[in-house]
Amino acid sequence: MIGQENGNLLEVRGLKKYFPIRRGVFSRVSGHVRAVDGVDLALRRGETLGLVGESGSGKTTTGRCILRLLEPTEGSVVFDGVNLLGLSPKEMRKMRRELQVIFQDPYSSLNPRMRVGSIVGEPLIIHKIAKGSEREHRVADLLCKVGLDPSAMKRYPHEFSGGQRQRIGIARALALRPKLIICDEPVSALDVSVQAQVVNLLMDLQEEFSLTYLFIAHDLSVVEHISDRVAVMYLGKIVEVAEAEVLYRNPQHPYTKALLSAVPVPDPTAKSERIALKGDLPSPAAPPPGCAFHPRCPVAVEVCSRVVPRLLDSGGGHLASCHLVHPDSSGAPP
Amino acid sequence: METQAPLLEVDNLRVEFNTLEGRIRAVDGISFNVQEGETLGLVGESGCGKSITAMSILRLITPPGRIAAGRILYRGRDLLKVSEPEIRKVRGKEIALIFQEPVAALNPVYTVGNQIAEAIRVHNKVSKKDALIEAVRLLRLVQIPDPERRVRDYPHQMSGGMCQRVMIAMSLSCKPSLLMADEPTTALDVTIQAEILDLLKRLKDEFRLSMLLISHNLGVIAGSADRVAVMYAGRIVEEAPVREIFASPKHPYTIGLLRSVPRLGGRDRGVRRRLPAIPGNVPDPLSREPGCPFAPRCTEVMQVCRREEPQLLPLEGERKVSCFLHHPAVGEGKAVAR
Repeated sequence: MIGQENGNLLEVRGLKKYFPIRRGVFSRVSGHVRAVDGVDLALRRGETLGLVGESGSGKTTTGRCILRLLEPTEGSVVFDGVNLLGLSPKEMRKMRRELQVIFQDPYSSLNPRMRVGSIVGEPLIIHKIAKGSEREHRVADLLCKVGLDPSAMKRYPHEFSGGQRQRIGIARALALRPKLIICDEPVSALDVSVQAQVVNLLMDLQEEFSLTYLFIAHDLSVVEHISDRVAVMYLGKIVEVAEAEVLYRNPQHPYTKALLSAVPVPDPTAKSERIALKGDLPSPAAPPPGCAFHPRCPVAVEVCSRVVPRLLDSGGGHLASCHLVHPDSSGAPP
Repeated sequence: METQAPLLEVDNLRVEFNTLEGRIRAVDGISFNVQEGETLGLVGESGCGKSITAMSILRLITPPGRIAAGRILYRGRDLLKVSEPEIRKVRGKEIALIFQEPVAALNPVYTVGNQIAEAIRVHNKVSKKDALIEAVRLLRLVQIPDPERRVRDYPHQMSGGMCQRVMIAMSLSCKPSLLMADEPTTALDVTIQAEILDLLKRLKDEFRLSMLLISHNLGVIAGSADRVAVMYAGRIVEEAPVREIFASPKHPYTIGLLRSVPRLGGRDRGVRRRLPAIPGNVPDPLSREPGCPFAPRCTEVMQVCRREEPQLLPLEGERKVSCFLHHPAVGEGKAVAR
């Protein structure tokens, strides 16, 4: 019962996911893509933890490993006191009632041949929760909750706009009354005006059903808006975690600083104080030694290229993994 | 600025698509101009007709779409009236276009050097060898490190940001006067986006380019445009210098759009607030109601808005807006005081 005593719903420890690179006729494994390379995360009950990072940083893979849609290579995922990685496939299927997911693309994540009523009602059948008119009643209720007319049940996904489809996806995720929803870029494919509607809906539903969200996104302003705390990922690792407000006002890791400075501000009078980064994201198949960010870091020092910094608390739950923030962060873990 | 003839003048452009369900007006009578050396930002949500506008300027609309009406004057010449060989001379040489998906816009089976060289040789009589030397120079210009080596790379060997730099190099190869950039950074990560926007700004000054920058991202527009035109449902609803439109938007759609964007660092004292969203959805282009297209979502809608269509009319200064709140309808008994 590790998770319950300190109020955490989910605890991820040392999560790793390596994808083998196979070469040649015998598909010999010639290396690994370290998509997720030792991630520690904790989600408190009822909070929204934002997970941000650029493409290829491992955000989505982290989400999928937590749900065991991908089998992690190493680590532990403790949900409500139960280690998910120790569960049999049957037990895991039962557990999925508690953990749901909302996907990025509202077009490809709904089966075009199923009516909305069946899409939203399917989880109720699979988990043998409701049948017949009871199920129909529940589906109608769910559709109302996400702001759709119950008559939507009889229609097909293609009859809806992107924003409405995302509402259908949310209704499906809510059907089993989960405790945790992993939102994987839920508003990235939507237009600005519709994006705001869906963000509001997610916040309202969180309050009503006391949900916990892991909110994965690359849009820093949206993440700041919806999250209580934010974790920043770079090349398979978490580099900084803090309360949303603190992170945006006082970022510590040079990567977080650069990332925040690059966001275009909708204000033509704002002066650009962008911190330029050298080069592109390195390949996760051959991450640089030491701190993975050091080849692009504007303030890197000698130790950064040799020693991997640890994610340490600089007070008030503000964690950062940087030798400059924590000069003692090279030591072995206690 | 007003005395000089604009480089590009779009006058009452209408683009229609014939579909099985009926005729769609993707662009519904829009007019705007781009002055020499300025960047006009065209902002709007998906389906509002921004990209179709750019494609129409180069006559790249293919059936079932067609340009139904209007004039596109480039240096005073109507591009809709010139012959096919003549418009081909305009494409790339006078007006260049870069797209959202740089990886998809490049041919995967040719090296980037060959593709840039091809673009040069379409419009100039130079040898292939000279064209390749020029390609290396262009790659250096767009700040690709080690251009002598990268010129032999295939697109898949480059990152998305690098591919967009190649596209920009290619678009500049024939020294165009107008560069149209259609969501040039939408597919890129924020740090790369910032680099590309800086590059475009620098090149614009260096080559004294005019630019039509199309984006849905208000932050991108705010940082790069001199003037902004806001599109909604195939129409321009507001046009103004960039500072004015962000400081005091006039059209209810522009106001709603600016409010619905979460601001970085916009949280105070840990409070999560609801975002002021615009209710409803973009109207279905197939079943268009009479009146202002924004009326069904507008918080300040009046009776006249559902009956008559507002025109884009001048306001003070260089501003224009298409809204009855600012231009009471002709013949309307009670003008609304605001």
